[in-house]
Amino acid sequence: MTAPRNTSGGTSAARPKDLDPATARAVLDPSDINRALTRIAHEIVERAKGADDVVLLGIPTRGVALARRLGERLASIEDGAKVPVGALDITMYRDDLRLGPARALERTEIPAEGIDGKLVVLVDDVLYSGRTIRAALDALNDIGRPRAVQLAVLVDRGHRELPIRADYVGKNLPTSQRETVKVHLAEYDGRDAVLLGTRAADPAAHTDAEK
Amino acid sequence: MKRHLISAADLTRDDAILILDTAEELAHIAERPIKKLPTLRGRTVVNLFFEDSTRTRISFEAAAKRLSADVINFSAKGSSVSKGESLKDTALTLQAMGADAVVIRHHASGAPHRLAGSGWLRGSVVNAGDGTHEHPTQALLDAFTMRRRLAGGRGDLEGRRITLVGDVLHSRVARSNVLLLATLGAEVTLVAPPTLLPIGVETWPCTVSYDLDAPLPKSDAVMMLRVQRERMNAAFFPTEREYSRRYGLDLRRMAMLPEHAIVMHPGPMNRGMEIAADVADSTRSTIVEQVTNGVSVRMAVLYLLLGGNEPAQSTPGGVTANTPSTPGAATASNGRTGTEEIAQ
Amino acid sequence: MSTYLIKDARILGGDAQDVLIRDGLIAGIGAGLAAEDATVVEAAGQILLPGLVDLHTHLREPGREDAETVATGANAAALGGFTAVHAMANTDPVADTAGTVEQVWRLGQESGRCDVHPVGAVTVGLAGKRLAELGAMADSAARVRVFSDDGKCVDDAVIMRRALEYVKAFDGVVAQHAQEPRLTEGAQMNEGTVSGELGLRGWPAVAEESIIARDVLLTAHVGSRLHVCHVSTAGSVEILRWAKSKGWNVTAEVTPHHLLLTDELVRSYDPVYKVNPPLRTAADVAALREALADGTIDAVATDHAPHPGEDKDCEWAVAAMGMLGLETALSIVQETMVDTGLLDWAGVADRMSTRPADIGRLDGHGRPIAVGEPANLVLVDPGARRTVEPSELASRSRNTPYAGLVLPGRVVATFLRGVPTVIDGKLA
Repeated sequence: MTAPRNTSGGTSAARPKDLDPATARAVLDPSDINRALTRIAHEIVERAKGADDVVLLGIPTRGVALARRLGERLASIEDGAKVPVGALDITMYRDDLRLGPARALERTEIPAEGIDGKLVVLVDDVLYSGRTIRAALDALNDIGRPRAVQLAVLVDRGHRELPIRADYVGKNLPTSQRETVKVHLAEYDGRDAVLLGTRAADPAAHTDAEK
Repeated sequence: MKRHLISAADLTRDDAILILDTAEELAHIAERPIKKLPTLRGRTVVNLFFEDSTRTRISFEAAAKRLSADVINFSAKGSSVSKGESLKDTALTLQAMGADAVVIRHHASGAPHRLAGSGWLRGSVVNAGDGTHEHPTQALLDAFTMRRRLAGGRGDLEGRRITLVGDVLHSRVARSNVLLLATLGAEVTLVAPPTLLPIGVETWPCTVSYDLDAPLPKSDAVMMLRVQRERMNAAFFPTEREYSRRYGLDLRRMAMLPEHAIVMHPGPMNRGMEIAADVADSTRSTIVEQVTNGVSVRMAVLYLLLGGNEPAQSTPGGVTANTPSTPGAATASNGRTGTEEIAQ
Repeated sequence: MSTYLIKDARILGGDAQDVLIRDGLIAGIGAGLAAEDATVVEAAGQILLPGLVDLHTHLREPGREDAETVATGANAAALGGFTAVHAMANTDPVADTAGTVEQVWRLGQESGRCDVHPVGAVTVGLAGKRLAELGAMADSAARVRVFSDDGKCVDDAVIMRRALEYVKAFDGVVAQHAQEPRLTEGAQMNEGTVSGELGLRGWPAVAEESIIARDVLLTAHVGSRLHVCHVSTAGSVEILRWAKSKGWNVTAEVTPHHLLLTDELVRSYDPVYKVNPPLRTAADVAALREALADGTIDAVATDHAPHPGEDKDCEWAVAAMGMLGLETALSIVQETMVDTGLLDWAGVADRMSTRPADIGRLDGHGRPIAVGEPANLVLVDPGARRTVEPSELASRSRNTPYAGLVLPGRVVATFLRGVPTVIDGKLA
C-alpha cells in the first residue's frame, strides 16, 4: 500500500500523486531551470555579501541535486570559492509519519565545516505546504546553530499551511490543489523539466495522506 | 517488513538491507551534539525481560530513547512474573498499558512467537533473544558490522565467507546469524565439536566443519560463540583445556586469517576459553564496535516497525539511492518525488 | 430393559442388515427384522462396529478434577464411540493400591456411560523403585490386568523384568511408556530438523526404540506379556515387527495423533501440539500407518490427556504435555486409515475394539457382532463431516489439536450393554 515509495522503475504503472501523463505540460524547460538557478545563485551572493560562510543543504531527493548545482554556480561567481554542499534528510522529523508505512531514510551529509555560525541555505525543489521546511528547521536545530537560515526553492506553488516563505524562488507557479507539480532533473530523471498536470487516479486510495 | 521481528527468517534480503541502510544513517546521530530524534514521540516501547541481560536491555533502551519513545523496563525478576503470573497475563497488562512494541527476552524458545501470535497483544513484538532459538537483532548488528568492515557499508554480503565457531547447539546467535547471513548472500561455515551441533544442521544454509584450522585461511570474518563452562559437565566436551585447544581462537589461529579478516564475538566473552585475551583485544576484533552498532541497528528496527502506521516496506535494490544516478536510471526510491511535500 | 431395533446398518461395513437389541444382548441379526416394542434406529448408510475400547486414557480423577473427571471422561468416551476405556494410573494419589483403583472403577460404573478400567501403577508412586501391590489390584473389584507407570518409563531393567515376571501370575500385562530418561532430559519435541531450527531440546527416537528393544528381549526372556504404549517412530515399528516375528508376546498401540500430525506443527510454538511422546516426522507417520494396517501395531489408543487452559496458554517450555483424543479418535482413524484404503471397517473394529479388549483381558467388550453377544455397539456415519469445535467437546478440557479441522465420520449412537449412551450424536 505504499504507493509512491516503490519507485523502482520510474516509468512503471501510475502511482498516486504521480502526474497523469495525459495532462502534463512543461512549465519550465531546461534553459528556464538553468536561468532560475543562476539567478538564485546571484541573489544568494548579493544578500550574503559573498559566499564565505554559506552552506547549502539540499533536501532529498531533488533538493540535493539542486544544492549541488547552486554550489557550482556560487563557486564560479565567487571565483572558485569552495561552497560546502550537503544533504539534510528530514524523514525522522516529518509530522505525517503516522499516516503511512514507515519510510526509508535518505542520506544526511553535513559538510565537515559544520553549520555553527554559518548561513545555511536550505534547497528544495517545490515549496507547497511548508511542512517539509518546518521539519528541516527542526532537524537543523539538532545539528547545530547557524547564523541564519534561508530557503531556496525551484518552484513555489502556493497553498502554505505554515508561516514559511522562501528567500529565493526560481518560479512562482499558481496552482490548484488538484494539480501536481513534478520536477525532473537530469541527475535522476535523465532530463530537466518542471511539469504541471493533474494527479493520476489512485487505485490504492492512499487518501489519509492526501490533503 | 512483517509487523513483528521474531526470527531472522522473517526478513527478506530487501528487508534486511533496508534495516542495515537505515541503521547506517542513524549511526551518524550518535556523532551529533543532540543524539535524539523526535520520531517515536508518544510511542511506548516495553522492554520485557524474563532473563537477565543488561547489555541487550540497555542497547534497546538507548535505541528507543534516542527515538524519543517512552520506555518501560519490565524485568521479570522482582515483578509479578516471578510470583507466577503467566506470559498471557503479562501480555494483557502490557496491552492495557498501550505498548506499541514489546521487546522480549525470554529463557523459553518460542516465547516471542507465542506473544506475537496469540492475539494477547496488538503491538509489534521484537525478539531480543529467546532460549536457544534466535536473536535476530544480534544477527543484524553482526551483519551491519561485517558490511561496514567488509563491504563498504552498502549492499549485501554476497560471497563473503563467515565462520561461526562454538556452541551452535545452544546458540540463538548462531541460528539467527546463519539465516540472516544466508539471506544476505554470505557463505557460512559452522565449526564446532559434533556434540555442540544440532541434529539436522545439514539442512541449514551453511557448511559444517569439525576442524577450525581448515576454514580460517579463507574466512573474511570469524565469529566466536560463547561456550558455557558448565557444558563440559554434561559431556559436551571433556575439558575446558581441550575445548580451547581445538576450538579456541588464539594468536596462532588468528595469524591464519587473511589480512582483512575481522574477529567477532557477540559477548559476553570467556577469555581464555573460546577466545584468547590478546585476540579479543587485537585490532581485528570488532567486539566493542558490535556493541556500538547494536544501538543503531535497534533504532532502525524500532523506527521501521513503529515509525509509520504500519511497518516499512522494503523495495528491491536498497534504499539510500540518494547519490544521483546516471541519466535514465531508476529514480530514488524515497517517497518524495519532486512533486511532494509533507502531508500533500 | 428397553429394546432397540437398528435398521439397515452395515455391520463392519458389510451389507445392510437389521440388528435387534434386547436385555443388553444382541437378540437378532437379519433383514427385515421387526419388534413391536422396539425403539427403531434408522441407520441406512451407517456402519455398525463393536463398542470401541481404549487402552490408554488419562481421566485425571482423583487429583486433577479441574482437567477431567471419570464422569466427564466417560461422557467424552461414549461420544467417541467407546464402551470401555482404561484410565491410566498417574493420578494424585497414584493408582497404585487396590483402594484407588476400586474408586476409579466405581466412579465409572456410577457414570453409566462407559466401562472405566483402571490401570494399576507398576511401581509405588510411579517412582520406579518398588513394585506396587500388583496382585491386590488384580484381585480387587476393579480386576486390574493392565499395569503401567505411563507418563514415566519403567527404566530400571531389573524392576521391569520383575514386573513382567510377576504379572504372569494373573495374566496381566505391563504397558510400557518407552522413554529412556537420560536421553530425554528436558526434552521438548522430536529431535530432528525442526527441533534444531526452533531451538527446542530434542526427544530422540532412539530414546523410545532402545527401551522397546530392551523390553521385548526381557519379555522373551521371562516369557511374559508386554504392551508398548503410544509407539511413535518408524524404528520402534521395526523392532516390534522383529519381536513379533519371533513369536514373542508383544503388543503395541499407536495414538490417533501420531497417525496424522507431524513435528512441523511445532513451528507454531503452540503448546496444543506438545505431547509425549512428541509428534514425529512424516516418515514416522507413514510407518505407523503401515504398521497399524499390517497388524504390527495391534491397537489404536487415544492417550487422551486433558489439561486445563492455563497449562496450555503459555510458553511451550512450561506447557503440559498431552492432547485430547476420545471424541476425535474414530474420525482420525477413518481419515488416516479407512479413507486412505489402508484398513477396512472390519480392520477398524479389530484395532479399536477386539484387539485392545483382548490385550486388556476385558470380558464382554471387543466381541463379535453376533446373536447372544453383549450389545456393546457403536453406529458411525462415515459420510458425515464435522468441524472440530473445542467448546463443543464433552471433555472438561479444550486441548484438542484438531480445532477447526474438518474431519470425516460421526458417531451417531453408542450402546453399552444394550443401553444407548449416545443417540443422534448426543449423550443419551
